[in-house]
Amino acid sequence: MSLRSPLSRARGLGSAKDGVHHFWVQRVTAVALIPLTLWFVFSVANLAGGDYHAVRHWVSAPSVAIMLVLFILTMLYHSALGVQVVIEDYVHHEGLKLLSLMGQKFLHAIVAAASVYAILRVAL
Amino acid sequence: MTTKTPADNRPLSPFMLGQYYRFQWTSLLSIIHRVTGVGLSVGTLLVAAWLIALATGPVVYADFAKHLTAWYGQILLFGWTWALMYHLGNGIRHLFWDIGWGFDIKVAEKTGYAVVASSLLLTAAAWAVAYFL
Repeated sequence: MSLRSPLSRARGLGSAKDGVHHFWVQRVTAVALIPLTLWFVFSVANLAGGDYHAVRHWVSAPSVAIMLVLFILTMLYHSALGVQVVIEDYVHHEGLKLLSLMGQKFLHAIVAAASVYAILRVAL
Repeated sequence: MTTKTPADNRPLSPFMLGQYYRFQWTSLLSIIHRVTGVGLSVGTLLVAAWLIALATGPVVYADFAKHLTAWYGQILLFGWTWALMYHLGNGIRHLFWDIGWGFDIKVAEKTGYAVVASSLLLTAAAWAVAYFL
């Protein structure tokens, strides 16, 4: 006999009330990161040895600036989801877990804002 | 619940590393996936710092680039490249598992070798581009 109501079972959202959302978004960002990561690594490798002006020139191309924003935001989103799971697995003290889960989200948001600001500042 | 009941003292499965389990190639790869994931989260700060240095100006950027081109910076960048390529390849392996492909132990071991090989190849390729192109 299940203690769950028929409505709860039909919604299928589980005890955390978000169902497979975390799992799914981690996969969506993972798929997006396949081309973005390869593009970033090989573009920067190609840029290696370039001085300040060469790198600024590269970032200021609209297509590059857009790709950089996409890469950094997708990576940080994927990173926030991953770090969350690691904290949930290893931090067992409830208060500390809550603090570190919140703290890592704030940190990822700050890095995202600062990175996008830096890209736009160079590109615009 | 403040008092311990017999149920609380039930044996738990031991940690994956140590004397309890036979060494498995696939579990090692799984651990490396998580370790590289955490490492890459920290490495993202490096990308952000690079962009911020670039936006700040030529003096700050030159100072930042000096550290990255020093031997310790190059080792860090090389490790970062490999971790990224490993996590990328093994992430694709995970995506195939998600659609139900490759769960057979023999296949999982083979795809594991392929992931390690591709991570080394892609890292070498990126550094070849950096140094020779």
